[in-house]
Amino acid sequence: MRAIASQADFLTALARILPAGAILARREDTAPYECDGLTAYRESPLCVVLPDTRAQIEAILKLCHAQGVPIVARGAGTGLSGGALPHPRGVSLSLAKFNRILKVDPLGCTAVVESGVRNLAISEAAAQFGLYYAPDPSSQLACTIGGNVAENAGGVHCLKYGLTVHNVLGVTGFMANGESIEFGSAALDAAGLDLLSTVVGSEGMLAIATEVTVRLIPLPQVARCIMASYADVESAGAAVASIIASGIIPAGLELMDKRMTAAAEAFVQAGYDLEAAAILLCESDGTEIEVEEEIGRMIAVLRESGATQIEVSTSEVQRLRFWSGRKNAFPASGGISPDYMCMDSTIPRKRLAQMLRAIEGMEQKYGLGCVNVFHAGDGNLHPLILYDASDPEQRRRCELFGADILETSVRMGGTVTGEHGVGVEKLNSMCVQFSGAEREQFMRLKAAFDPAGLLNPGKVIPSLQRCAEYGKMHVHHGMLPFPELPRF
Amino acid sequence: MRSGDPELSRLVERVQSARAGHIALDIQGGGSKHFYAELPRGEPLDMRPLAGISSYEPSELVVTARAGTTLAELEAVLAERGQCLAFEPPRWAPGCTVGGMIAAGLSGPSRASAGAVRDFTLGLTLLNGYGEVLTFGGQVMKNVAGYDVSRLVTGSWGVLGAICEVSIKVLPMRPAVATLGFSLDESTALARLLTWGARPLPLHASAWLDGRLTVRLAGASAAVEQAGKELCAAVPGGELLGPQAASQWWDSIRDQHHPFFALTAAERARGECLWRLSVPSTSPPLALAGRQLIEWGGALRWWRTEAPAAVMRAAAADAGGHATLVRAAEKRAGAFAPLGASAMRIHRGLKAAFDPAGIFNPGRLYAGL
Ligand SMILES: Cc1cc2nc3c(=O)[nH]c(=O)nc-3n(C[C@H](O)[C@H](O)[C@H](O)COP(=O)(O)OP(=O)(O)OC[C@H]3O[C@@H](n4cnc5c(N)ncnc54)[C@H](O)[C@@H]3O)c2cc1C
Repeated sequence: MRAIASQADFLTALARILPAGAILARREDTAPYECDGLTAYRESPLCVVLPDTRAQIEAILKLCHAQGVPIVARGAGTGLSGGALPHPRGVSLSLAKFNRILKVDPLGCTAVVESGVRNLAISEAAAQFGLYYAPDPSSQLACTIGGNVAENAGGVHCLKYGLTVHNVLGVTGFMANGESIEFGSAALDAAGLDLLSTVVGSEGMLAIATEVTVRLIPLPQVARCIMASYADVESAGAAVASIIASGIIPAGLELMDKRMTAAAEAFVQAGYDLEAAAILLCESDGTEIEVEEEIGRMIAVLRESGATQIEVSTSEVQRLRFWSGRKNAFPASGGISPDYMCMDSTIPRKRLAQMLRAIEGMEQKYGLGCVNVFHAGDGNLHPLILYDASDPEQRRRCELFGADILETSVRMGGTVTGEHGVGVEKLNSMCVQFSGAEREQFMRLKAAFDPAGLLNPGKVIPSLQRCAEYGKMHVHHGMLPFPELPRF
Repeated sequence: MRSGDPELSRLVERVQSARAGHIALDIQGGGSKHFYAELPRGEPLDMRPLAGISSYEPSELVVTARAGTTLAELEAVLAERGQCLAFEPPRWAPGCTVGGMIAAGLSGPSRASAGAVRDFTLGLTLLNGYGEVLTFGGQVMKNVAGYDVSRLVTGSWGVLGAICEVSIKVLPMRPAVATLGFSLDESTALARLLTWGARPLPLHASAWLDGRLTVRLAGASAAVEQAGKELCAAVPGGELLGPQAASQWWDSIRDQHHPFFALTAAERARGECLWRLSVPSTSPPLALAGRQLIEWGGALRWWRTEAPAAVMRAAAADAGGHATLVRAAEKRAGAFAPLGASAMRIHRGLKAAFDPAGIFNPGRLYAGL
């Protein structure tokens, strides 16, 4: 990396591109950008820029490229893995002003929006045409479509309707050197290699997105949700596998354990069964008759798998109330603990109960509590480890606890992150999931898009050296390294 | 994938010596897509011995198969458990393989509603140009650990490496299916497909040819029945097709044994070609000479035409899509639509990242890759 003449010179050059209010360089102004949703990690950037036009972004990227300055893209900063954590010598590029909905095409069922548009705003704009954007992260009120693309975000309805990658047709933006680029198209495929799929989920490491073309789908006529209680986590886990095995793909299938249910109930009064060891939320949507038929089949399977109590929503108000607790699981956890760390691994569905038991063991081992909320239908776990970040000792144990969950997931045939991304948080766990040759392949892939390595450096793919050190530390902590993991 | 597998070791050795000797390898499965893309060249690298279903768990909705497994075997195993490949990959010849299906990345009639091959690719094991056996993705539904190499490799025509094994998401077969037929001209048919597509109807596939639109509905039986009645009533002369005729019709489109897709030697010699135009579904009828078959609710338009390549490519590009030259006497115009300079630079970079010696399927996708 070339040395910058000085921060002042760089800021002067930026000031030729952007109006005064669009450059934040004083510590008190950049403070709100110091972290994302993973507040345990903080860093102060060289500066924050808030461009308003594509021409400004292009000029900023060209300047940074010429001067070797790192770029960290930023949407709403709700990411949970430190993906938007600033680089100490880098520019944090906020897409906040790219918040225009450019086009909603009710006939083609697509929308073209700028990357800073909030997830929910797309569905709101499409609603007048009876359409919506399906992926619905719980953060959808705040998070941006650019951030969703970068993380391949999911939500409670992704079991049936797919993740971001399944609902995005095209991404327009810039390469690290300021060249304009388009991935995908308005058609269902594009010529050449599928670069769009590669850019989705790439955590701001390959390109900067400025516009996104999304697929919209017709709003279902009705949706109804079943709330089923279970006396033990084993039968709740088995019920999830049975639903899928019976040939049903619910619109949503979520699991919460007893303590999560209690925290959520205290937070929003959703009407949850507080006696149950676990509850399942199982949703059906479609036409009236379709839903009636499917709800009947679902109830039969849930009963057979030992549900102790079953309640079916009879109105939209009640359905939304069932979901309100689930959708507020994270803030609700904030109500019962000073801090929480959200894990995001995915495991085969059949391992759900086994994993819940393993987490119980880890609570003892690390001396910290953990509440569990799972996108059970997809096998995607969100254990929330409760701790106090102001206590360094608790923070240390929390990190070990988290790493233990991730590595247990990999051993169960899963992955360290299902939808929140690697960011800075799961760098060590990437050493466990991937071999050295696989990680090097990732690095070469990154270089094909960003040869100078200026986009979000230090994230997602750990260096070989870091993994070597992590391997040693593992032995030091008396845990077993897993050199030859069976992956298939 | 077990590293001690003798078939795999044999492939690794072949790749290492090809790399050392700068020998081009033509990765082969069943050979059913030989005619597609650019002409293969190089020594054959037969993937068929690396065959068999490695694991299948219906309740996990995932199957893992080695590259040489035939599609016929895979589909039969899934059907036994009431499951299927929802993207209906083409079976252009009996011996076509799972590896070829992933490498070509082609999807069938249900693509617009169910998704494409890449939407169902969960993970794969790749033998890259360094002779390394690498695994990306996995068997779980959601996975964002590292870049999505599995999807990048899907549809790569083998230029990044040899696919050894792949995990695919499978789905339950739809409980009810019905096919409707309507007599409609092209623009009315396209308009109908768009209006129907914007409503919560169980639309599953569509095909328009020679003034006749066929639409397949699939889903819960009550929903299919209700929608079938409604759509039939909406267009005068709308009718329900018998199940056997319907399934033969859809197979003839999916597997392209419908005569529309075949070109005789004489037709080829005359300069007639088969083109695949992937365009936004909202594109109005394309003013081109020739005969047309429309799929995917208007988003896929097959043309048999003698029109020059430049005309076809411009028509697709103007509509916001791209044109692939599928069957022709010669493909001097390039099988695939040319890329812009930035995209081509990324493609070259990726080729160098996976296959620095350029041994895998050189030129099959684009010259120089
Ligand atoms: C309460 C809460 C609930 C959540 N629930 C869910 C959930 O259900 N499902 C889920 O998937 N996630 C969830 N998340 C995580 C988070 O909301 C998602 O990851 C979201 O996609 C991040 O969007 P953002 O705009 O906040 O991105 P940021 O946090 O600002 O950035 C995330 C990453 O994207 C990159 N990036 C952002 N914009 C661009 C761009 N335009 N071009 C290139 N790169 C860019 C950044 O560099 C960074 O690496 C939740 C978070 C919170 C706080």
